Amino acid sequence: MAKSFLSIENLTQRYPDGQGGEFTVFEDASFGIEKGEFVCILGHSGCGKSTIMNILAGLAEPTSGVVKMDGFEVSGPSLDRGVVFQNYSLLPWLTALKNVTFGVSARFPDWDKAKVIEHSTAFLAKVGLTGDAIHRKPSQLSGGMRQRVSIARAFANEPKLLLLDEPFGALDALTRGTIQDELIKVWSDTDQTVFMITHDIDEAILLADRILLMTNGPMAQVAESIEITIPRPRVRNDIVEHPNYYAIRNHLVHFLAQRSAELSGQSGNNNRPADVRIDLTESAETDEPEPAPLLRAVEG
Amino acid sequence: MGTLSENKKAALLSVLLLIFGCLIWELSIPAQKAVGELTEYELLTGGGQPKAGVPPPSQVLGKAWEQLSDPFYDAGPNDKGIGIQIGYSIYRVLTGYLLAALIAIPLGFLIGMSSVAYKALNPFIQVLRPISPLAWMPLALFVIQDSEASAIFVIFICSIWPMLINTAFGVAGVREDWVNVARTHELGAFKTAFTVILPAAAPTIVTGMRISVGIAWLVIVAAEMLVGGTGIGYYVWNEWNNLDLTSVIFSILMIGIVGMLLDSMFGLLQRAVAYTE
Repeated sequence: MAKSFLSIENLTQRYPDGQGGEFTVFEDASFGIEKGEFVCILGHSGCGKSTIMNILAGLAEPTSGVVKMDGFEVSGPSLDRGVVFQNYSLLPWLTALKNVTFGVSARFPDWDKAKVIEHSTAFLAKVGLTGDAIHRKPSQLSGGMRQRVSIARAFANEPKLLLLDEPFGALDALTRGTIQDELIKVWSDTDQTVFMITHDIDEAILLADRILLMTNGPMAQVAESIEITIPRPRVRNDIVEHPNYYAIRNHLVHFLAQRSAELSGQSGNNNRPADVRIDLTESAETDEPEPAPLLRAVEG
Repeated sequence: MGTLSENKKAALLSVLLLIFGCLIWELSIPAQKAVGELTEYELLTGGGQPKAGVPPPSQVLGKAWEQLSDPFYDAGPNDKGIGIQIGYSIYRVLTGYLLAALIAIPLGFLIGMSSVAYKALNPFIQVLRPISPLAWMPLALFVIQDSEASAIFVIFICSIWPMLINTAFGVAGVREDWVNVARTHELGAFKTAFTVILPAAAPTIVTGMRISVGIAWLVIVAAEMLVGGTGIGYYVWNEWNNLDLTSVIFSILMIGIVGMLLDSMFGLLQRAVAYTE
């Protein structure tokens, strides 16, 4: 069995419930992510998505289970795993540019100042921040611009794995659309491996190669792994006309509305997510544009 | 009048209040003098007529002019210029204050970062903090055996608490997200402290420093009245012993002005480290 680039094995998180017992957020979650893949995880609040994210980032310790990246066990935070937080987490006393150079100079300590600034400016430009705006403090920027800075900071560090924790959760729909497009652009330029939490089904379909579905907590599980069989580049307006779009979307909606609750609390025998591939164009199309699904390690 | 800005209106009102206040003060003096002339003895002791001998503002202004035109003269131990006296006081305040900052800020960092350290040190802080700084004076004089150093010690002990408590509070209150940013960027403990926690807690720390310097300036006057020799506190007491109320009033004003300048310096520092989230 080929090991995935990032493999999450039998991850379990329990907290004391305050009455002497234990509360299991999720149990035996196992899944893999391939290099260069964009994976979204969908699930209702309380299913432990953010906990998984924090464990991947090294900011939290699981009760049991391991996370391996490139064959090595992950422990503690590292510059190899960049994080974009939902609330941006920019340092408010630094300008937008300095927030990015802060990360870049930590990542590349032997670079000189000019190179750090050049690299940071280039990544800010990729997310559409140029000129005067990069010398402003976060408090003088709109929410959308702040999240752009945060994305630029994460990408500029060129981590092996990029973790996005509901990055667009606090933004209005229009801004969200623009930044999603910018995110796709930066991602396709860099070949970055991305793991993203979202609540938004359409956002997940637009961005992801694969979507992981979680059942409701407590005792949540990663139940299914849905391959997004819509070729890239994807354009917001056009993908809705793709024959697979609504088939996938309906499957996701059905899962979140009904099956996530039905499956909740059942610890299945098979702790890997079931692979689901929905492709209505299967007969017509044989050449898949995405290499990732072919490399995927599947068990059972 | 309607065209004046708010600041100009306020400034104008301040000047009017000053003139009005001085005028009332000036006018209320002669009547008392008339009574005072009748009772020479009472005027000298300041007993029968508590307000007897209070000089009018014009006299205080004259005194101010005389003193400020030559602030650094030195004519023996009991006759030094106001500049020299204030200089001594500022020297003591700054020495004691800087020593306090040197201990309070690192210790505050420790208490803010570690809840064990906080819980262990909190009882001591709570007991020592409410002690009037002057209560330490006899012990300081006995142990240190030097009045100059004792005054500095009193300043040290009174300015340490606000800085210590505010630093601990500021450091403990640094947002978890910012600390997580430092962690995901693999910053060491030292670098995290200086590049993330210090700037994040700086506004709270500087507020503590500002409160401390205010308290130190309040306490130095009383401390110098006790230890004597030099300083603005000694000067006030000395002039009271000379029954030179003009000088007393003038030095009270100077204490206020210097205190205001010290405070506004920290106001500037506070503005420099402030940030909006």
